[in-house]
Amino acid sequence: MATEPGRDDFIIAIRSAFLNKGNRQKFSLFTLLIISILVLSLEYFKSGPVHKFRSFTKDFIFQSSYIVSVPFVAIKENYHLFQEHMNMYEEYENLKQKDLDLKSLKYENEFFKAENNRLNNLILEKSLISQNYILTKILLDQQSPYLKSVIINKGFKHGVKYGTSVKNDAYFVGKIVDVNHLTSRVLLASDLNSKIPVIVEPGNISAILSGNGNNEFAELEYLPKDNQIKDGNIVYTSGIDGAISAAIPVGKVFKKNNKKLVKFFVNFNQLKFVRIDK
Amino acid sequence: MKIILKKIFQNFLYGFPLIVLFLLAFTGFDFSFVIYDTNFSFNFAYLIIFFWVLKKPESIGFGLIFFAGIINDVVQNFPIGITPVNFLLLCAVAAFVRNRILVPNILYDWVLFLMATLIVTSINYSILTIIFDFPIKYGSLMASLFISFLFYPIFSYIFNQINLLSSRQEDAE
Repeated sequence: MATEPGRDDFIIAIRSAFLNKGNRQKFSLFTLLIISILVLSLEYFKSGPVHKFRSFTKDFIFQSSYIVSVPFVAIKENYHLFQEHMNMYEEYENLKQKDLDLKSLKYENEFFKAENNRLNNLILEKSLISQNYILTKILLDQQSPYLKSVIINKGFKHGVKYGTSVKNDAYFVGKIVDVNHLTSRVLLASDLNSKIPVIVEPGNISAILSGNGNNEFAELEYLPKDNQIKDGNIVYTSGIDGAISAAIPVGKVFKKNNKKLVKFFVNFNQLKFVRIDK
Repeated sequence: MKIILKKIFQNFLYGFPLIVLFLLAFTGFDFSFVIYDTNFSFNFAYLIIFFWVLKKPESIGFGLIFFAGIINDVVQNFPIGITPVNFLLLCAVAAFVRNRILVPNILYDWVLFLMATLIVTSINYSILTIIFDFPIKYGSLMASLFISFLFYPIFSYIFNQINLLSSRQEDAE
């Protein structure tokens, strides 16, 4: 370190750090910082030409990101394929030894049918499986402990609306949180900030399903004090918020450390295509 | 052919920090690992920027750092402009340290990296929570910062080797 740095030296060092362009640098740090703050302040505009420009920029970056991610996605898919291949024999042995008990499964199926009819009545006989949907491909799978979202290749040009529910087969995946011209972002039900109004059946118990960053399960919150929730109960979206469709199966309840958790039906690690309700 | 390959390798070494930075920004790749059901992650972009601005600023342009930040914001769903502010502030601290230090020392770098990330993370947290009302967990942010700090010497050693190799290639030419 420099010996006994004076106040002037200190100021010169700061000025030099911010204003000097240096070798092969086209802009000074100060200029770029001002530009960054200006760009950040543009976030204030949620509509109009600024929003449109932002939307196109996002589309462009997502498409570029998709191209850059291709080799990494291929590696990930091959890794999953390899894992499945390695587990095949074990799974085969398990299935061979498992007593499938088809008779009880038949009764269970009948029970679910009755439950389904009741849920249909609850949602004014609207069909559980909506025929009016958009099938989309997943461009980017953005999953870190702090953000669980995916980018899909459909935007407001294709009729995607903010807040709409997204499904994989018949199961709930998440909701649309950002819509651009050609792409949209889906916040997965497992995200830390995901709060989905749900009902637990049987019993028609309302609750909020809160994501915790874990891809396997989420937690049920705001349950009534004297609830009768048991392991194996099924959780559906309640549609009470008016944006997410009602009666989409989310997962199965299980208890752990006095917490009521829900194991998702969907495998968030291997999503390739999803459906958006129109 | 051999000359072309050598030139490609040389360019790769020279542009290594930018290549990694843009790959991280585009893919949104997160260096995280799970220990006893707890997720730990560290900010690899901070490590790259701080080290290379400190050791070899000519190989990592500020303008390109700015663009990498914009891409990162779009991919990670942050308010656009917040990551460039973070990255550039980190550059400013690293450039300041570079101006003040006469004899490089890993220990000084390590401590100053902690101070730099503390400043940057505080500003980042303040902007996100006060201005944008962005849902962000302070604990997670701090944990990520501390793990980044712990990993600094290891990556500093690796980056140093890459830097030496790059310099040797340049000298050989």
